[in-house]
Amino acid sequence: MLVGSAMWHGDFLFLLQNLVLKDFRVRYRNMSLGVFWSLLNPLLMMGVLTFVWTKIVPNPTIKHFPVFVLCGLVPYSFFNVAWVSGTLSILENANLVKRVPVPREIVPISAVLSSCLHLGIQILLLLLMVLGFGLGINIHWLWLPLVWALEIVFVCGLALLTSAINVFIRDVRYVVESTLLVMFWLVPIFYGFENIPQRFAFVYELNPVAALIFALRSILLHATQPHSSTLLKLTVVSFAVFAIGWVVFRKLKDSFYEHI
Amino acid sequence: MAAIVFKDVSKCFRRHAGRQLLRHRLAHLLRPSPGVAPFYALRDVSFELQPGESLGIVGPNGAGKSTLLNLATSLCLPDAGSVHIKGSVAALLELGSGFHPDLTGAENVRIHAALLGLNRRQVKERFESIVDFSGVRDAINEPLRTYSSGMVVRLAFSVAVNSDPEILIVDEVLGVGDQEFFAKSVTRIKELRRAGKTMLCVSHALATLESMCDRGLWLEHGRVQRIGPVHEVLRAYRESAPSQGQG
Repeated sequence: MLVGSAMWHGDFLFLLQNLVLKDFRVRYRNMSLGVFWSLLNPLLMMGVLTFVWTKIVPNPTIKHFPVFVLCGLVPYSFFNVAWVSGTLSILENANLVKRVPVPREIVPISAVLSSCLHLGIQILLLLLMVLGFGLGINIHWLWLPLVWALEIVFVCGLALLTSAINVFIRDVRYVVESTLLVMFWLVPIFYGFENIPQRFAFVYELNPVAALIFALRSILLHATQPHSSTLLKLTVVSFAVFAIGWVVFRKLKDSFYEHI
Repeated sequence: MAAIVFKDVSKCFRRHAGRQLLRHRLAHLLRPSPGVAPFYALRDVSFELQPGESLGIVGPNGAGKSTLLNLATSLCLPDAGSVHIKGSVAALLELGSGFHPDLTGAENVRIHAALLGLNRRQVKERFESIVDFSGVRDAINEPLRTYSSGMVVRLAFSVAVNSDPEILIVDEVLGVGDQEFFAKSVTRIKELRRAGKTMLCVSHALATLESMCDRGLWLEHGRVQRIGPVHEVLRAYRESAPSQGQG
């Protein structure tokens, strides 16, 4: 009989909060300019992409290009940072995983949530840009917390999946990095839903990052409610990925100890 | 019911020699190599510990002492046999594991307490007594990297004993503190024992072990060489290897 009575009687949410806070502090204490660095990257990318797609290869169908492109960049850059740090989290926190009997799920989840401060600052930048371009606040902004929450659920699911597999096959991080490189082009960052041929549109809607971008543009640029089919797909795919990640993680976590 | 039950526990590690890359997996799929002989860290280890008892584990390096503690902490699962633990566990397995050098002592105390399972209210209530016990109050708001290793142990130990565990597991970390703190720790452990806590500890300091534990377990090459009252086990152990008898 194989019994491991892994019992941890603690407060999961309190611990999660502490671990997230720890990451924030470690990351921002050693940066003299602090949050400035969270803003620099999206602003630079926004500038470059705006230059390329309005001066070099102009696309006159898109209005307010800087805001349009930022609606794509902010979700993508969160996805990028959070997924990579989530994937590496189990190995990077080996001293925690091998020495403290906490539920291991908390490690990748806290890694993803730690990227949310970064995300919060960028969302603020995005909203300021929206106001700066005179687009104004509308009632559909109430959808924003929901669509972002779904995105976080999705990335947590992916992080659970890849962080667990990465323990056994260390190349997974490179697969993740290559996927992200390809995703930069396949996610509608500098082109819109209208540019996508009909037969590929379905695939785009099944990608939660793309779906989030469509939703953000409906809400912020067009002041309309996001398509209910987009929202539905975003919800279903996000929770499905989370469920898969959770199940795989649970299956693999018992042998982490021997492989780290 | 017993606090800790090990029943015919074996734990083996396959020496994969770092073969964790995709090509190793593929190579293995195409042409299964005979593999490396498994290494048994523990073999058929059985014992029971009733609540309030304390067990001191001795044995040479590589005998499986730390593996046994890791199994008791539920950090890994046995390959055969079963391990049952009843009650909350606080384990001190390694000097300041989970501590971050860039955070202050106070921040590390809070994180460590949460890792051991304390909730917000408990952390708030016990924070002062943790700091008092550790004796590093003057430096509590300094980053941990400015601490000496003795100070880190003081802090880690202080959190563990103040987390009020039902089972305390200690792996040879007490030796780092100075005499005064050492004496204080031994006193606290004896208090916990009087309060009915269960303890599992590994040490090469046999005299200390003898004063803190009532039962002893001598491991040799992953097998139980002897188990019984601590005096008997330690006497036998000392006689087998006279050079190890100090402490």
